[in-house]
Amino acid sequence: MKPLLSARGLTKRFGARVACRDAAFDLWPGEVLGIVGESGSGKTTLLNCLAGRLTPEAGSVTYDSAAYGAVDVHDLSEARRRLLSRTEWGFVNQDAREGLRMGVSAGANIGERLMAVGARHYGDIRRTASDWLSRVEIERDRLDDRPTTYSGGMRQRLQIARNLVSEPRLVFMDEPTGGLDVSVQARILDLLRSLVGSLHLSAVLVTHDLGVARLLTHRLMVMQGGAVVEDGLTDQVLDDPQHAYTQMLVASILPV
Amino acid sequence: MADDAYNYAYLDEQTKRMIRRAILKAVAVPGYQVPFGGREMPLPYGWGTGGIQVTAAIIGRDDTLKVIDQGADDTTNAVSIRRFFAKVAEVATTTRTDEATVIQTRHRVPETPLREGQILVFQVPIPEPLRMLEPRETETRTLHALSEYGVMQVSLYESIARHGRISKGYNYPVMVNGRYIMSPSPIPKFDNPKLDRSPALQLYGAGREKRIYAVPPYTPVKSLDFDDHPFEIETWEQCCALCGSKESFLDEMIVDDDGKHLFVCSDTDYCERRRTLPEAAE
Ligand SMILES: Nc1ncnc2c1ncn2[C@@H]1O[C@H](COP(=O)(O)OP(=O)(O)O)[C@@H](O)[C@H]1O
Ligand SMILES: [Mg+2]
Ligand SMILES: [Zn+2]
Repeated sequence: MKPLLSARGLTKRFGARVACRDAAFDLWPGEVLGIVGESGSGKTTLLNCLAGRLTPEAGSVTYDSAAYGAVDVHDLSEARRRLLSRTEWGFVNQDAREGLRMGVSAGANIGERLMAVGARHYGDIRRTASDWLSRVEIERDRLDDRPTTYSGGMRQRLQIARNLVSEPRLVFMDEPTGGLDVSVQARILDLLRSLVGSLHLSAVLVTHDLGVARLLTHRLMVMQGGAVVEDGLTDQVLDDPQHAYTQMLVASILPV
Repeated sequence: MADDAYNYAYLDEQTKRMIRRAILKAVAVPGYQVPFGGREMPLPYGWGTGGIQVTAAIIGRDDTLKVIDQGADDTTNAVSIRRFFAKVAEVATTTRTDEATVIQTRHRVPETPLREGQILVFQVPIPEPLRMLEPRETETRTLHALSEYGVMQVSLYESIARHGRISKGYNYPVMVNGRYIMSPSPIPKFDNPKLDRSPALQLYGAGREKRIYAVPPYTPVKSLDFDDHPFEIETWEQCCALCGSKESFLDEMIVDDDGKHLFVCSDTDYCERRRTLPEAAE
């Protein structure tokens, strides 16, 4: 088996600040990898470098594409990278407003990826959008409503549907439940967990919430000040942290 | 020189050359918006300064110019542009579509079929078809460069979701030569089929945004749609009250205080010819 995504020596600076230093890992098909760490530790920067949204100063990201075979994400033409990112990949933003078109209906939001790759049958697009709306537990009769009329939790679920409709193989998520009420969070986490399982998705999930990481991820990388200080199976890292920083994180956020 | 105060066709030769270069590039890449260094014209934007600059750059003394505004030759706008070129370019003018070599237009394509050798110059207020969907210029440029047009289809989807059909009546987006999505300027969608494989050259000039784009003769121009909601043009139950045409684009006119209304051809030349020449009306 080949890794789906491999990072080697990824380094990204903002001016003099090194936001991400020498990150390396392999993501295997069907695996959910968590990136945890406190605010400012470089999680989002690393995620954006992986997804080709930021260009690192050093290092490489290799993706095993279904359409093109193994490709270097940062060597791809912009055209091909954008095509990959709306067919084989998904990206779920913390702020659903950044990941959605707020001015058009939920149906149009979900249908966009289908239309972008050539779907031209309105009825079929609408049916697929409606099915996805119900899969993310939103009433089908909200299909023609704009996301501005949705609650925060519904928007996040709509964003998930908009990404998954193209049946991506790899989904990047940046704090997908951040800023939501605890009960709303729990519902989205359950939903994500069942979708990841039923669609055999691979995912890289950024979160500062170790509870979220525990629930959704198989493996964890712990970041501090731009560096990965510990990685391993999620349960191992959380139950028996080796690095002092991880011990501190676990102690403060998961009181026994 | 037509007058000591200005150069032939008003613009100086250097400006005309620059506009011609932009036109050549536009013709070479059908539907692609070419930026050009526009000149200030002696008319406010909205009066067709983009079209006027294009016309000024291509017109010569042998040309015969027709200018229409919403299909009519006799509006203030059309008359003043026609007079302007008669004076500064010493060209003959006409109201007849079949006699014209250059037709500058705002909001219509003539009903009389165009032929090879004719040039149709459109006045364009907003050249970017994706502008309402994507306000960032750098992003729209990328979308065109990569042919990423999903967002345009999204807007048509949304129209059907809201109104049960694609409600856009004017400025209906088209795909030119299978490559670039183009705004045909605010003509009624009724005119879109006339753009497809037209024997005439179509030039589009946007004055405020300083863009020129073109559709060379016989280029495929397809109106966007869905398989199950195909593109359709407007139809009327009436025929023209003046000439009886069943094929032309009709304007509604209120004819008396009781609100009685009539439908008449928007293309005044077409309507008049059908009334004065029996053979023109079949
Ligand atoms: N666009 C940027 N310009 C300058 N500094 C940035 C930028 N993005 C992030 N940083 C800095 O890089 C570091 C890592 O940020 P980030 O990756 O957002 O961390 P996290 O997602 O873990 O909160 C922080 O110090 C942040 O201030
Ligand atoms: Mg972050
Ligand atoms: Zn008539």
